[in-house]
Amino acid sequence: MTNTAAKITEPVFNEPEITPALAAEHGINTEEYQLMLDICGRMPSFTELGIFSVMWSEHCSYKSSRLHLKKLPTDAPWVIQGPGENAGVIDIGDGQAAVFKMESHNHPSFIEPYQGAATGVGGIMRDVFTMGARPIANLNALRFGDPSHPKTRHLISGVVAGIGGYGNCMGVPTVGGEVNFHESYNGNILVNAMTVGIAQQDSIYYARGAGVDQPVVYVGSKTGRDGIHGATMASAVFDDEAEDTIATGRPTVQVGDPFTEKLLLEACLELMQEDAIISIQDMGAAGLTSSSVEIADKGGIGVELDLDKVPQREPNMSPYEIMLSESQERMLMTLKPGKEQLAEAIFKKWDLDFAVIGRTTDDKRLRLNMYGKTWCDIPVPPLVDEAPVYDRPRGDYPKAAPLNDADYPLPESNPLTALKTLIGCPDLASKRWIWEQYDHLVMGETVAAPGQADAALVKLPDSDKALAMTSDCTPRYCQANPFEGGKQVIAESYRNICATGAKPLAVTDNLNFANPERPDIMAQFVGCIEGMAEACNTLEYPVISGNVSLYNETNGQPILPTPTIGGVGLIDDWHKAMSIGFKAEGEMILLLGAPGAHLGQSLYLREVHGAETGDAPSVDLSIEGRTGVLVRTLIEHGLLTACHDISDGGLLCALADMALAGLCGAALEIDPENPAGFWFGEDQARYVLTTKDADAVREQAAQANIPVSVLGQTGGTTLQLADGQAISIEALRQISEDWLPAYMEGKS
Amino acid sequence: MKTAIIVFPGTNREKDMAMALEKASGSAPSLIWHKETDIGSPDLIVLPGGFSYGDYLRCGAMAAHSPIMKEVIRHAERGTRILGVCNGFQMLIETHLLPGALLRNKTLKFICKHMHLRTETSDSEFTSKLGKGTVINVPVAHGDGNYFANDEILKELEAEDRVAFRYCNENGEPTAEANANGSVDHIAGILNKRRTILGMMPHPENATQDWQNNKTGMPLFESIVEALN
Repeated sequence: MTNTAAKITEPVFNEPEITPALAAEHGINTEEYQLMLDICGRMPSFTELGIFSVMWSEHCSYKSSRLHLKKLPTDAPWVIQGPGENAGVIDIGDGQAAVFKMESHNHPSFIEPYQGAATGVGGIMRDVFTMGARPIANLNALRFGDPSHPKTRHLISGVVAGIGGYGNCMGVPTVGGEVNFHESYNGNILVNAMTVGIAQQDSIYYARGAGVDQPVVYVGSKTGRDGIHGATMASAVFDDEAEDTIATGRPTVQVGDPFTEKLLLEACLELMQEDAIISIQDMGAAGLTSSSVEIADKGGIGVELDLDKVPQREPNMSPYEIMLSESQERMLMTLKPGKEQLAEAIFKKWDLDFAVIGRTTDDKRLRLNMYGKTWCDIPVPPLVDEAPVYDRPRGDYPKAAPLNDADYPLPESNPLTALKTLIGCPDLASKRWIWEQYDHLVMGETVAAPGQADAALVKLPDSDKALAMTSDCTPRYCQANPFEGGKQVIAESYRNICATGAKPLAVTDNLNFANPERPDIMAQFVGCIEGMAEACNTLEYPVISGNVSLYNETNGQPILPTPTIGGVGLIDDWHKAMSIGFKAEGEMILLLGAPGAHLGQSLYLREVHGAETGDAPSVDLSIEGRTGVLVRTLIEHGLLTACHDISDGGLLCALADMALAGLCGAALEIDPENPAGFWFGEDQARYVLTTKDADAVREQAAQANIPVSVLGQTGGTTLQLADGQAISIEALRQISEDWLPAYMEGKS
Repeated sequence: MKTAIIVFPGTNREKDMAMALEKASGSAPSLIWHKETDIGSPDLIVLPGGFSYGDYLRCGAMAAHSPIMKEVIRHAERGTRILGVCNGFQMLIETHLLPGALLRNKTLKFICKHMHLRTETSDSEFTSKLGKGTVINVPVAHGDGNYFANDEILKELEAEDRVAFRYCNENGEPTAEANANGSVDHIAGILNKRRTILGMMPHPENATQDWQNNKTGMPLFESIVEALN
């Protein structure tokens, strides 16, 4: 049926006059305002101002970080796609690829924890399946404020339910992650979500590649007025007033619909079986604006859209609102001409909206028409390539004062007293209360569930190969010493992958920092990146995707520098993969690496002595690499029965983890001279192993020139020290398991 | 044995189920999209887990009123064996092929963990190889698995030996702690009067493969395969 009279009439929009003040409200400074005027050659329209503001926001343009991100290595023979696309891609053999990325949803999760976290998970999954990959695992790294802060409990509850609500419904297992608490996150929690997918190497889809005169297609949910200016919000410092405005004003936090996303996933993967899509980009931050600009810019073309045709949830939306909406579960693609009907049939099968909303052009301009007139006509390249880039000043970073270990003796001269404090402290206590709310088993390929191994292991369908995945960061090290902290983040990720027997292949980074306009924060940022770069280079562990989240501060209180790393490795045969639990009585327990000594910035200092002081442990990357290779060789040769890296809490906490995971005790026979440093030092490049063949392990370690020493034997129902003092595994279990459920019920 | 696994929009454990059934029977089940009107003549119909229609309105409620469900009910009346797991159990309740209701978990939270189940009857084609009293250890993954039925229904289920599984501890004792979702009488799975339909919240399909935590879910699939082959 055609009805020519039904030409949509233009509602009355009271669009404000463009002034420097209005631009400032959009996060555009005086210099950028002038640049925008020069680019347009006239006063921009309100729609154009909105587009400039989101494209030039920190979130989309990386204007403070871009100069420094270039320092990170992004290449290796197995890297198929590095940063710059929706997600990174690596070769995992047999014509298959792993596709992954981590992304933050920090500010939305603080304002509305359930929806903020849920849409964070939805967004990152979309990034992965946009590339033609089926998501096979989700991970998340969460940082909350001090447990005693009045908002913390509510935020944990909402964020965890949101992550579960979205991931569980999507049918993608949430298999790993980390949760830390620190008062610096009181007003600015961090929610970093990672998705790993698998694809065939010959059917990976990119945003790039669009040519001239191709149909531009919109699929997924309808566009509503939600999430307008989310990208700008993610690029500003928080304060109480902002929180209030956001709470009472327009909804800047989007609402997620995992059911629609599940349909979108299946429909996209089904269409990708056909030879129809040329380029595809999900609508994440800055929605239709950034997706159309990305496709145009990467293809070196222009895009002309007819916004009347955009499926809309509510009437009388303005072009400004349509372009800036961050409604979820939407995709933009260009199709091979003539494939529109085929594509439409697939989206109709899945009950999703499908609309051809425009065409690509050869003039490199973004032109938007609606209600019979043109609302935007600006050149594309300045929105992306010529966006402002800042070399922000950075100050001298203070060096940590040396630590006098004698000031921090073991309480009661008993390592077990400190162990009890540590194993029940918020950072180390069991997170079962959280991960039991995540479906970590759906798809049926989970080999190592949360708590069983240093990295989560998920098998590939119809194969013995498995991917090892982990997320890591030790913000207190980065705060004390950004460079060493940056190195350590990569080293720990590498170690966690090696401890399972998998070969570390690549990482995604999620760089969460405070206000980059502060020289001390910029110094942290650059220091961490340079440390990460050195570690990535030495360990051949490149960065293939990532996200930068700046301005994480509230009322002048910056967060600890938190460059979260998501690492992925590959093991050829899951049967050989190693877990952390003690397996049987009478096995030898070995320490691989040097005895511990470094107490600076340890959890022991913080939790037992209330001191956040000293320097971060330094990382010898050469030793880290050689030790990792040795561990993988030992596992490959079947010489180990359990393997666990030593990290937060030091050696004794690592031993307790292994005893708890295997519900098997141990008798230790070492009586060290410097017990605090030995048991709780957080020196790097170290692992605890169990074996039935200690001689063979010693021999291989000697060949690799890595020290190895005997700690004791597995067995019994207690963790027993050389002097006979002991704690039962059951008591340890209760301390570890009780804290979080009791806290969430308001009992601690 | 011909098996049809019905796939609704939002279903997400169909592949887990197919993997278990293929291992038990040696042949791959057919996956039937909910918009298809003809499901052929299967020996076994499976309603798998997931979030059909997003669990909007009420878990399983929309699926229960979808066109393909009329076909499933028709098969049920003819005696075709039906297995409904998790969301599939919720659909069987919503279609009244099985009695009772599935409420929000008593914890008000989604629960994903391994739980012990005691086999309550060996008198069914789904449980014959398990045998009464056998304890299996299979995961649950649900937010609304708290089984409820009134006294009349409970008496009937008991009198007719139609409770298939109960939540228990590792020693087979039905303790309060073992009943994580708060189900009445610890009920985890039930049969219809003719014993041709089994609905259960836990996922035996996720305890069937070498790399999974254990394989105690396998005998359930072997039972039905043996009966229908």
